[in-house]
Order: sequence, then C-alpha cells, then structure tokens
Amino acid sequence: MSDDREGEQGEPSMRAGSETTRETATAAEDAPDAASVAGDDTPAFEAARYPDGSITYPAHPVGPGGEAPVGTVDLSEHTAEVITWTTSTATPPGVREPNHVAIVEFDVDGEPVRAIGQATTGDVDIGDEVEPVYCDRLRDPEAGIREPASQEWDGFRFRPVE
Amino acid sequence: MEDVAIIGASMSQFGQRDAWIRELLAEAGQACLEDAGMSADAVDHLYVSNMASGEFEGQTGVPNALAHDLQAVPAYTARIDQTSSSGGAGIYAAWQSVASGASEVTLLVGGEKMTHRTTAEATDVIASLTHPCEYKHGLTLPSFAGLTARLYLDTYDAPRESLGKVAVKNHRNGVDNPHAQFRKEVDLDTVLDSPIVADPLRLYDFCPITDGSAALLFCPVSVAEEHADEYVRVSGIGGATDTHVVHERADPTTMRGVVESSDRAYEMADLSPDDVDVAELHDMFTILEFLQFEDLGFAEKGEGWRAIEEGRTERDGELPINTSGGLKSKGHPLGASGVAQAYEIVQQLRGDAGKRQVEADVGLACNVGGFGNCVTTAILEGVDA
Repeated sequence: MSDDREGEQGEPSMRAGSETTRETATAAEDAPDAASVAGDDTPAFEAARYPDGSITYPAHPVGPGGEAPVGTVDLSEHTAEVITWTTSTATPPGVREPNHVAIVEFDVDGEPVRAIGQATTGDVDIGDEVEPVYCDRLRDPEAGIREPASQEWDGFRFRPVE
Repeated sequence: MEDVAIIGASMSQFGQRDAWIRELLAEAGQACLEDAGMSADAVDHLYVSNMASGEFEGQTGVPNALAHDLQAVPAYTARIDQTSSSGGAGIYAAWQSVASGASEVTLLVGGEKMTHRTTAEATDVIASLTHPCEYKHGLTLPSFAGLTARLYLDTYDAPRESLGKVAVKNHRNGVDNPHAQFRKEVDLDTVLDSPIVADPLRLYDFCPITDGSAALLFCPVSVAEEHADEYVRVSGIGGATDTHVVHERADPTTMRGVVESSDRAYEMADLSPDDVDVAELHDMFTILEFLQFEDLGFAEKGEGWRAIEEGRTERDGELPINTSGGLKSKGHPLGASGVAQAYEIVQQLRGDAGKRQVEADVGLACNVGGFGNCVTTAILEGVDA
C-alpha cells in the first residue's frame, strides 16, 4: 500500500487506468459540439405536473402529493437560477473531464422546479441565470457500467445567460 | 421484543489487500467468533453486508459462500445491500433478527474488495446507484459532495479551512488505529494545496478506495448476561431514506435520512444527543461530517463547522468524532464501513481502544448510503454483566 492511493475516489491521475479515463473522456468531448439552444426539432426538457400543482424533474409514477402526473412542462422554454455548482476532475469512463455540473431552479409560473445537469462552462456562480441547451449525447453510453439500452443519454446542459 | 447485545466484534486490516471478497469476509467472521468465544455452529442467522461483489469481482452468492467457509451451514443467510450504508443496514437486520426472536445468535460480516479496479471504474460502480437523470450527466458521489460543500460554505459563511481541519483531525486519529489504511498525519496546508477533485473539495477531502471487512455477533441480552463478563447493548437503532434524486431535496445541506433515523434511535434508547459520549460519522467526504453532526442534533443547522474550529470533536474534546480515523483515514470498503464504525464504538465502550480510548458509556454510529439516500443510526451502550 502506498500513500499515493490517498483520495483515490477523486484523482484519476494518481491511479493506474487514468489513461483509459482520459481517452474515453476525450471521446465524450465530442458531445459539446452537438449542443445547441433548443429549437422546434429538439426533444422537450420534460418535467411532470401533478394534481396538487407541484412539478418534478424527473417525472415519478407518483408525485409529492401522492398522485400520478396529469401533464408535462417543457423546462427548455424557461431560464433557471444556479443553486450550486462544481467542476469534477475525477470522472467515470465516458464522461468529459473536467465535468462542470450544477443544480438549478426553474420558476414555472410561481412553482419552483429543480434540475441537475452539466454546465457548458465552469465560469458560473450561485445565483447566476442559465438557460437549457440541448446535447444529443452527454456521455459515452458504451463506456460505463450501466446497460446502454436502459436509459436515454441525451439531455440539457445549462449555459449562462449573457 | 428481546433486548439485543453485541458480544463479539472484529475488523480486518483495511487498505490494499491481496485477499478477495470471500477471504476478507471469512477473516473478519472467524475473528469475530473467536472474540465472542462462540463456535460457528451456534450461528442461526448469517448476514453479509456488501454492495457490489458481483460488479467488482464477479463473485455473487457471498453469504452462502461465507456460511460454508466458516462451517456455519445450515444457518439462514442473506446479503444486505444498501450501497455505502450496507453495514448499517446489516446492523439493523441483525438487531431485528434477534429482537424478533427469529434468531438467537446472528453473525453480521461486512466487506468489500475494490482496489483491483481503477479509480474511474470504482467511481462508476458507486455512481451506478444514481438516477438515470443524474448518471447520464456523469454525476458521481464526489461531485455531489462538491455541489453540497459549495452551497454549505456559501449559505452558512463557513471557512473553507474548516473542512480541511476535519481531514487533519481524522488522519491524526487514524495514526493510532492499527487497522487503518492511512496511519499518517497531514497538515492543513497539505490538505488545502492538494489537487482539486470536485471544486471546492480537494484530494484530502475524500476517503480512499479500500479493501476490508468487519464483523459483529448479536444475541439476546439474556444470553449475553450468561455468556460474557461485559457486552454492548443495542439501545437504539433507526433507519430512514431520503430522495433518490438528490436535487429534489428542499435543502441539499440537510440529510433527512440522518434526522429521521437518529430521531428513531434516540426515541428507542430514551436518550438525547447530549447523552452521546463518542460517535463515528460517515465522513466519506469531509463535508459529510458537518452535515451529520448537525442532523444528529449535536449542533444547530449551519453551526456544525464551528465544532471543529473550537476543537470540540477532537479526541480530547467534549464529543470525540471518528476516533477510528473515520472513513477518511481508516478507509471505506463500502459494505464493511458501517460494521467497522460499530466495531470502533464497541472497542470504545469495552475500554479496548488503546491509544484511541476516550471516556464513553454511550456511543453512536451513523452510516450513510448514496449521498444521504439511505441511513442507519445505531446507539450502543456498554454493560458490565
């Protein structure tokens, strides 16, 4: 056991296998090129609305009030406020490195809705206004442990509003 | 309902081990039976706390394997997976089995074999607990820690240095733990100058990847009274969950699972936070020590960071936290960690903690899975038979 294993959950450059991480992360860097502001042909940033007026992202079979969703809301039509953010330099296989991520809060007609996702830049701060930007592949589905067919891999990043 | 006692405890060397999961589990299990002076054929139930032996090693069915390796057949077996809180969940299951009368003697062994995987692979195995909407963005447990640490420091005007002091304290405690992965002190400058991992958290804010195992032997207090000169009583235990999707929590700096599980444990034990003499908290990341310290009722919300600044959580402080070195220094073999936390409390209550010994009649262990997704809190008391 050597001391350079300290903090292994966080520092790939200190472990064997980091080359693989970088290669796959580099491949995943293709994804930002696909980013664009949501338009008519992009999927919706879909949140669920429940009978009690609450909205969640993602949708759940049952909402906070105990009832099934009655509709959807497209969050891509709204801007949001950054609640907190981080830049991760220790990313799993197929994830860009560094990976900027943020928790944001939308205000949908007075109803708060939180979401999490990648940010287009690390140059953000708590309280900043951001807008959703569509990305057709957020990470390489083939590189990680999860079955690629089990979920979707596109989604929305958050970009600061100028 | 039977009062439940712990009459045996063990943990293996934590760190980078040559042993694989079956060997690690057998090592701790055998040592625990020896500690209790019990033979394997007395074991009615055998539980194994383990998150991912299949994913890490391609070895499933570990409870049955362990029953055979220990010659505990035909004991009833089950694997307890609750991610990083598998150990705590195992304690809950073992307590339940004895308290209900379903088992007279229950052996709990927690273990994980991780270090043969790269950091990226291990991080991905652990991150597989996340919701698809998190996983596709590459969210990891360290990134949740970074997100929460930034919000905590900003909301409560806490100094970044206070997080670093948690690492310094727990490394200092780990020096005196012969089972710890790291037995070296670090200074605050080293912590604060280490590479950024999930801004604002740095390398030394994170626990290592670890191989290891730990075990506990449970029986009714009535049996313990006859069998042992001293034992530890499970005075209170509570388990709870929080949302799977982390960003849906109203206040990301509050771990509702910690609040709920500890409320239940305090109520069952008829004790309050003021009665706790020593505690092991799940410091997978330094920020988690502050959150649990507050959510267990040891400080007001947003005030937990002041405890480390004032030295209150040091080994010679009013409430020593992580005398074992915590996950930070001792290591974090996922399924073993919750069991090893209780092992440290048992050592403290029995007066067997050596240089780490503090004065304690009541100890608490809080084991957290995911980023507060699942939590078990156990309150233990030392008893002379």
